[in-house]
Amino acid sequence: MAFNQIMFILFSAMIIVFSVLTVTSRKILRAAIYLLFVLVSTSGLYFMLNYQFLAAVQLTLYAGGIVVLIIFSILLTSHLSKKFEHSGWKKNIFSAIASLAGAILSIITILDYKFSATSEVAKEVDMRLIGKSLLSVDYDGYVLPFEVISILLLAAMIAAIVVAKNGGPAKAQSPLINQK
Amino acid sequence: MNTGIPIQYFLVLATIMFFTGVYGFLTRRNLITILMSVELILNSVNINFLAFNRFLYPHKLEGMFFSLFVIAVAASEAAVAIAIIINIYRRFTTINVEDVNEMKF
Amino acid sequence: MINFSYTIWIPLLPFLLFILLGLAGHKLKPKLSGLFGTGGLAIITILSYITAYKYFFTSEKIEGAYQKISAFNITWLQLTDKLHIDLGVLLDPISVMMLVVITTVSLMVHIYSLGYMKGEKGFERFFAFLSLFSFSMLGLVLATNIFQMYIFWELVGVSSFLLIGFYYQKPSAVRASKKAFIVTRFADLGFLIGILILSFNTKTFDFITLTDPAGSAIAQGGGIAFMGLSVMTWSMIFVFMGGVGKSAMFPFHIWLPDAMEGPTPVSALIHAATMVVAGVYLVARMFPIYAFSAPAALEVVAYVGAFSSLFAAVIACTQTDIKRVLAYSTISQIGYMMLALGVSGYGGHEGLGYMASMFHLFTHAMFKALLFLGAGAIIHAVHTNHMTEMGGLRKYLPITHMTFLIACLTIAGIPPLSGFFSKDEILAAAFHNNKLLFAVEYIVAGLTAFYMFRLYFSIFWGKETHYHHTPHEAPATMTIPLIVLAIGSVFTGFIPFNELVTSDGKVFETEIELIVAIPSVLIGLLGIGIAFVMYRKESEISDKLAAIFKYTYKWAYNKFYMDELYLFVTKKIIFRYISEPVAWFDRHIVDGTMNAIASVTQSVSLRIKGFQSGQLQKYAFVFVTGAIMLAILFIYLWK
Repeated sequence: MAFNQIMFILFSAMIIVFSVLTVTSRKILRAAIYLLFVLVSTSGLYFMLNYQFLAAVQLTLYAGGIVVLIIFSILLTSHLSKKFEHSGWKKNIFSAIASLAGAILSIITILDYKFSATSEVAKEVDMRLIGKSLLSVDYDGYVLPFEVISILLLAAMIAAIVVAKNGGPAKAQSPLINQK
Repeated sequence: MNTGIPIQYFLVLATIMFFTGVYGFLTRRNLITILMSVELILNSVNINFLAFNRFLYPHKLEGMFFSLFVIAVAASEAAVAIAIIINIYRRFTTINVEDVNEMKF
Repeated sequence: MINFSYTIWIPLLPFLLFILLGLAGHKLKPKLSGLFGTGGLAIITILSYITAYKYFFTSEKIEGAYQKISAFNITWLQLTDKLHIDLGVLLDPISVMMLVVITTVSLMVHIYSLGYMKGEKGFERFFAFLSLFSFSMLGLVLATNIFQMYIFWELVGVSSFLLIGFYYQKPSAVRASKKAFIVTRFADLGFLIGILILSFNTKTFDFITLTDPAGSAIAQGGGIAFMGLSVMTWSMIFVFMGGVGKSAMFPFHIWLPDAMEGPTPVSALIHAATMVVAGVYLVARMFPIYAFSAPAALEVVAYVGAFSSLFAAVIACTQTDIKRVLAYSTISQIGYMMLALGVSGYGGHEGLGYMASMFHLFTHAMFKALLFLGAGAIIHAVHTNHMTEMGGLRKYLPITHMTFLIACLTIAGIPPLSGFFSKDEILAAAFHNNKLLFAVEYIVAGLTAFYMFRLYFSIFWGKETHYHHTPHEAPATMTIPLIVLAIGSVFTGFIPFNELVTSDGKVFETEIELIVAIPSVLIGLLGIGIAFVMYRKESEISDKLAAIFKYTYKWAYNKFYMDELYLFVTKKIIFRYISEPVAWFDRHIVDGTMNAIASVTQSVSLRIKGFQSGQLQKYAFVFVTGAIMLAILFIYLWK
């Protein structure tokens, strides 16, 4: 068993286990930490696939950014010691059946499909190429999505500020509740 | 570096991760954990993109850039989602998704 | 050829007044709007007199006959090149005569109303309606074609409805107005059918074409037969049905007595002098067709008229409400006119009945309007309609007393008052044509004299009742019309109708036939004498008579239970066996279907609205499940 296979098994095992823990853990802060592990493992997979830049982005943005953001919001909104209430068992079972069915269906489909091997030479993904592609207007260029994403990020930032800033006690502002 | 691992492995892994996320989305009650489930789903999609790119079209970069953009979208989505969650918490003093059901009949 | 085109203003002016008073009346002072209405009517009265003068004395005659002049005509609806509906003004002897009658009586009623309605709520509304009525009635008599006549026929029905229901806070007035409208409307259905059959057969609406004795319309008469009578006859019977309704002939007379709920001037104008004679006018207008193509229909006219006049006269003898007595008297007198038309022939001395009918229409308008206005003055003075609560009023109301007496003598046919002449002509016409009808009318003449003087003696003589306050004579605005109409009643009998208004427009010779005249005067005097004995002083004869003829009296007092019969037919038969099943069908089948659709929709909605639970995760679950299902469907089942 080659090293990379061992690494793959390790990463996939971590991903699966921590994913399941993330969605089943009854303590919310732990769930967030498990999510962090999942994301870190995923970045490991990216390294394995030879996408170092993306792995780095994954680490910094996801693990470093989003998870921290989530933890902050947990701290703002939840009592840490408080455990989740149990979900209804009915809901859990049906959701599990649906998810399992979907997963089995997808896996069967994937395994059935004959992927044709490629003979193309792999392109080396270095930072220079990524930077050029991002700002290129050629056929392989991504300047338009890049700009769209930057606008999206700006909009999201403004929206986050506006949404989080507004809002107050329900009675004062929500007509929907007052109608009850 | 990826020799000896068939593409199906990555895809199956991503599938499992995806449906774990779906399960979490369907069962968790806390809005923040639902958000985490969504992050799981997005991640599994990223894995798919990269696996396809690496194994089937190694001479191109679309998969990678898509993943990059997905990460950016996920980041902005998380930011807005958390803003919304905080807003909901202020209004309803809860972030239990079952209590936030004002949009019913 | 004299230009008569200005006559279009005769109907238009009241219409403009109606619009003015109807829209802006409440902004004017009541007195001002009354003066507007009266002034406008005075103008058209003068116009009508000028027209009558010009028509009868200066317009040229062809072969000694007055011509039908189409003074104004526009094509209103051009449906096909043959079928078109015109609006216009037709002048011929009867329409010109009607112009004079309508404008005179209407003007008198307007003046009278200034006093009678003073201080009433809705004073300007009253005058607006009066103007509307004047417009409709003038449009009716001036109609150039039968369709225009029908339109205005309905318009007078509407204005009559509005005026009967003038006191709309009074439930009885509302009921009466509805009754009048529905009954006449029902009869007008026959009129419409008649118009359609007639115009289908003759291909024209136009009166000049229709009534030309040598024209194609009459030549087409007969033709197809249906149930033993020609189509022409049927159509004329249907047309006459409209006239029966409007003129309150038996069996559609039931609305007229109830119509007395309206203000008294309205009764005088509409329900005595003008609108109710529209039926007579209609038959007279179509007379050549009746005479040449539908003699059977003309016989129907004669018998309906004769029966109505007898029937109403008998009822009138028992009623105590003075306005109702007058209403039945009106029915009776219109019956006379119908009968006269019915026994008439066309042309020359044969057309005596036609002339007599128009003559009586003219004189009747005068004296009946006078009677009603007099009754109004009495009611105004004593605030009651019932003659049992009156008596000895001659001291308090001298002018009313005198004019009322003149009117009673006129209607009783005492020479030399106008009623004598016109009634005599009718009796003569009946005498020459049908002895049975003559006998009926002869009796009616006696009954008329009797009930009119019963009324007269009960009101002005008899025992003096105790009044709440001393009755006083009406103001000048009310007495002047009385005097004018009284003068009219006295002298209109000397108008030579045989030279002016005849069936073919030519002059014919007529003289007073003593064999008819003397008995008719005698029976009139007899009726007066009986009334004198019974009602001059307090007397028990009337009660005794009523006791002897107990059942007859009771039947007559209850108007021969005609209203009850109608109620029985409508409520017990039509409503129960037709309307109720239809209503049931409507409520249960038609509405039921709709309700079922609604309730099914509602219950389904109630069920499915549960899906809209607001639970985000349920939605997501459904979405995921659906996506998986679709995937299965497309991948495995839909190959």
